[in-house]
Amino acid sequence: MKNSQFFRSTAGITLMAAALIVLPFVAALGGQAWVRILDFAILYVFLALGLNIVVGLAGLLDLGYIAFYAVGAYTWALLASPHFGLHLPIWVILPIGGLLACLAGVVLGSPTLKLRGDYLAIVTLGFGEIVRIFLNNLNAPINVTNGPQGITLIDPVTFGDFKFSGTTQIFGIALSGPQKYYYLLVALAILVVIINLRLQNSRIGRAWQAIREDEIAAKAIGINTRNLKLLAFAMGASFGGVAGGIFSAMQGFVSPESFSLIESIMILAMVVLGGMGHIPGVILGAVLLSILPEALRYGVGPIQMALFGKMLVDPESLRMLVFGLALVLVMRFKPAGLWPAPERKRESGEIQQVTAK
Amino acid sequence: MDIFLQQIINGLVQGSIYALVALGYTMVYGIMGLINFAHGEVVMIGTLVTITVASSLIKAGMPVALAGLAGLSASVLVCMALGWGLERIAYRPLRNAPRLTPLITAIGMSIVLQNLAMMIWGRNYMTFPSLLPKVDFEFAGANFTMIQVIIVLVSAATMGGLLLLVYRTKLGMAMRATAQNPAVASLMGVNINRVIAAAFIIGSALGALAGVMVGGYYEIAHYQMGFMLGLKAFTAAVLGGIGNLAGAMLGGILLGIIEALGAGYIGDLTGGFLGSHYQDIFAFVVLIVVLMFKPSGLFGEKTGDRA
Repeated sequence: MKNSQFFRSTAGITLMAAALIVLPFVAALGGQAWVRILDFAILYVFLALGLNIVVGLAGLLDLGYIAFYAVGAYTWALLASPHFGLHLPIWVILPIGGLLACLAGVVLGSPTLKLRGDYLAIVTLGFGEIVRIFLNNLNAPINVTNGPQGITLIDPVTFGDFKFSGTTQIFGIALSGPQKYYYLLVALAILVVIINLRLQNSRIGRAWQAIREDEIAAKAIGINTRNLKLLAFAMGASFGGVAGGIFSAMQGFVSPESFSLIESIMILAMVVLGGMGHIPGVILGAVLLSILPEALRYGVGPIQMALFGKMLVDPESLRMLVFGLALVLVMRFKPAGLWPAPERKRESGEIQQVTAK
Repeated sequence: MDIFLQQIINGLVQGSIYALVALGYTMVYGIMGLINFAHGEVVMIGTLVTITVASSLIKAGMPVALAGLAGLSASVLVCMALGWGLERIAYRPLRNAPRLTPLITAIGMSIVLQNLAMMIWGRNYMTFPSLLPKVDFEFAGANFTMIQVIIVLVSAATMGGLLLLVYRTKLGMAMRATAQNPAVASLMGVNINRVIAAAFIIGSALGALAGVMVGGYYEIAHYQMGFMLGLKAFTAAVLGGIGNLAGAMLGGILLGIIEALGAGYIGDLTGGFLGSHYQDIFAFVVLIVVLMFKPSGLFGEKTGDRA
């Protein structure tokens, strides 16, 4: 009995691993653009899992998460580009990016510890906007961020002589840049999933969940709510920082535009739509919400052409319209998310603030 | 000194608009605990409807004042219908859902409305027809225009009317009862669905009015204008203590004045290091500082602790 379960789970994992390995080659059949979309999907998985620590586990509604991503991205951009003439190796930059983001998390966390629910949401939102405005304007009097133009020619990820941009031959197989990043990102994402799983079942994770369910009760049973909330912010932020660094290297270009409020909201939507606090759900949400708009980009135009023989409405706005509708519909029919944690499902029926009848 | 006065006047005008929009957020929040992220888009649609109706009526030869009034009424009606529809279609089915669910729905509706507006009105900036004669006044070295005076007066009158509605009528009483405890209110014979719908409709009407004012003030409109305006107004509502009507009004006006003063003086304060393009930072910095000392806003009550 136990043995067969073991085999079944090993078989499942092997199957999933095989699928993950083959995926970029399948995507490459449709062009490298699709591999890049996959890369971003996994980057969003990374980000969503980071935010899941803050929102899903600790129950702190953070609408400024993208700020930490921005800190990481700009750290990489400044330390590995011709902008300052610095080209530090990944071993230096990525930890610095993570640490700076972590610090930003603490800076944001400490004044907001007293705040609850929606007040916290608006303050984190404000913080995100402050970071973006500074990135936009710190080009004078000293040019730090190069303003709205952003920073270009950022170094790709390199390990020794192995570069992640351009095509290389490995064992006779040609691997394109996006495909190499894909494997790097998958490796990182697996690491984050493991950290998340371990955290969830640890003392800290249980303490976070206690704070989420009832902060006063958590305090009463001796949980240091202040430190743990700070820890949640710091931990979520450092994931954001590391993801930002990779993003910056992968794109070769950063500008404040990539770090607007809508991005924060998007990541939050991934967490909530997938199933807050439930790791498989969050991964599902991130993959769906990052691929859906891209798939729509390719789908909406041709479908219109096929149906009506001409473009009736601007495909760009139609694509976002469908995306917005999808958010509304999923929430309407799956209020706890697409793949909620078992205990959340039970809970969702209980919270009855308004009894409509 | 005259710069100071000038900025206060500008801030008061901008703040009145913030306050009107903030009331829409705070009414809905007070009654159902929902951040209606789509409210900014309602304001935007209010502006754009006015432009379409008023411009085409003026072109058809109608007197300007009449066309303006027609545009205003059309936009108020459209927004009221929109607010009612939002509540009925998007939010009502989610009354018993986890707290973050309606938030995501609101974000989804905001995206939908923005893109619908883009399909209808296009990507370009639209000019608001000039409905009022341009008359300038001068007072103690500061200048202000007819439209500024009208904005402040109309908002003050509207807010007074809203307070009367909420504190002196049966509907207002029902609203306050629902805000305190929906279950008990419904036992007392309050029709909760109707009260919530009323909150959305009234909030949207105020939003439409604010939209017309923004359009008339800046004489320009765009399908993305609702987002930042909504964000600022929501900030104002939180600043005053969300769920509190007087708080939203004062928060809005305070935010407008702080922003105007900040934009006017930031260069001098920092020795030219930071320019007026940091204006948006002021709103958020003030918000964070206020909430550090008053975690429920200036006039708010304690809220629930769940995300």
